[in-house]
Amino acid sequence: MKNSKEVVFDENKDPLIRVVDLKKQFKDLHALNGVSMDIYKGDVVFVVGPSGSGKSTFLRCLNRLEEPSGGEIFFEGVEITDRKVDINLHRQKMGMVFQQFNLFPHMTVMKNLTKAPMTLQHKSKAEAEAEAVKLLERVGLADRADAYPNQLSGGQKQRIAIVRALCMKPDVMLFDEPTSALDPEMVGEVLQVMRDLAEEKMTMVVVTHEMAFAREVANRIVFMADGQILETGTPDEFFNHPKTERLQAFLEKVL
Amino acid sequence: MLPLWAVPEFLVKLQDDIYLNFIKENRWKYLVEGLGVTLRVTFFAVLIGIALGFLVAIIRSTHDKVGTVSTFTKFVLEVLNFVCNLYLTIIRGTPVVVQLLIIYFVIFGSVRIDKVLVAILAFGINSGAYVAEIVRGGIMSIDQGQFEAGRSLGFNYTQTMWYIIIPQTFKNVLPALGNEFIVLLKETSVAGYIALADLTKGGDIIRSQTFSAYPPLLAVAAIYLFMVIILSNLQKLLERRMRTSEK
Repeated sequence: MKNSKEVVFDENKDPLIRVVDLKKQFKDLHALNGVSMDIYKGDVVFVVGPSGSGKSTFLRCLNRLEEPSGGEIFFEGVEITDRKVDINLHRQKMGMVFQQFNLFPHMTVMKNLTKAPMTLQHKSKAEAEAEAVKLLERVGLADRADAYPNQLSGGQKQRIAIVRALCMKPDVMLFDEPTSALDPEMVGEVLQVMRDLAEEKMTMVVVTHEMAFAREVANRIVFMADGQILETGTPDEFFNHPKTERLQAFLEKVL
Repeated sequence: MLPLWAVPEFLVKLQDDIYLNFIKENRWKYLVEGLGVTLRVTFFAVLIGIALGFLVAIIRSTHDKVGTVSTFTKFVLEVLNFVCNLYLTIIRGTPVVVQLLIIYFVIFGSVRIDKVLVAILAFGINSGAYVAEIVRGGIMSIDQGQFEAGRSLGFNYTQTMWYIIIPQTFKNVLPALGNEFIVLLKETSVAGYIALADLTKGGDIIRSQTFSAYPPLLAVAAIYLFMVIILSNLQKLLERRMRTSEK
């Protein structure tokens, strides 16, 4: 995981992810106008804001699924926005969960979970499967290991997608609106898995519209609008003492 | 009332025709050996077609998909994409018979070369162009999220293509690929233009020897039809098996 330069990184002191003046431009649209943020180990950061505010773009820039137009991102001390960095290595340490689950439909659940650890981390089949089973049991889906994704409900798919990311033993989990595509009765089971993760001190960055969940789980909530961070605070500050007018107006609409 | 002798005379004529066209002087061998050539040419042309088609399709969709890469990679991709486009334009813009004749009389004009090999090359290269467009459509139809999921796990571009995109593409394009190969099987019937003794040529040789047209030509048609029916059924079987993951 080392760059050519010697990397000095102390996970207890230095930010796990440091974002400096991040910019992203799509043709004429400025999706991100200079976003800076430090995320420390064990942080559970929720990013909220109106649609089109750039929060998803921000999240997708963190593992360079979206290529930033400017600014820097440091992950575990390495500048991953540097073109010479092998981003694939760093992505293995950044799990990502998508709104549309994106499970691989041609593989069984077990294959979905073990393909990447076996291919990229050279784990044996037995080892990868043992770890997958352990995680499947934790989300209550051990009996679905041989199913294909299309045989699962939305909530089950998303729990499997979370497990798939966890199988790589990531240092941070990125959630891109993980419950937005779910039927209401399935949202709870996915949130429960995320709640458990937060309690285990997994570092998480979550883009969501679930305000009540953000209030309960986050240790920091970030409000974005027009490609900028307008306000950052603890759940208490955020919901009870919003400073900016934009946030006050936003909270009035969503709560 | 039907005269009693009418039926036997018709049967006798048929029997004579069959004897003359297929039994006498072992003429059936033209058909059997021709069939062997047709099958061999089709089989290997299909292999070349698949390999070439997937290669071209992957190059073209990589070129369309990849956004930010180094200048050198971009240059290489531009060149490869240009070559692929040239190939597609030429192959799809000219008749396969002309391509076959050019490969035999122009490209290999001054060398002795097995005609079967020439036919395999010609039909394989031709088929590759059509397969490429089928496969490219298939790759483009896979949800972008699949690609992102693969990349987010740490797979590089090639691994994502190989483990995630191509298997799904293959399943999606199977019906269209099956059709392409059924067309190819029938298209090889023009191999007679370079005097390759395939199934069609075999029937035609018999016709020219016996001066009776309908028995050999109907037999040839029936054999093609039989093979196409078998291939269609194989294709349906394969599709059904690959659909298990969609239950």
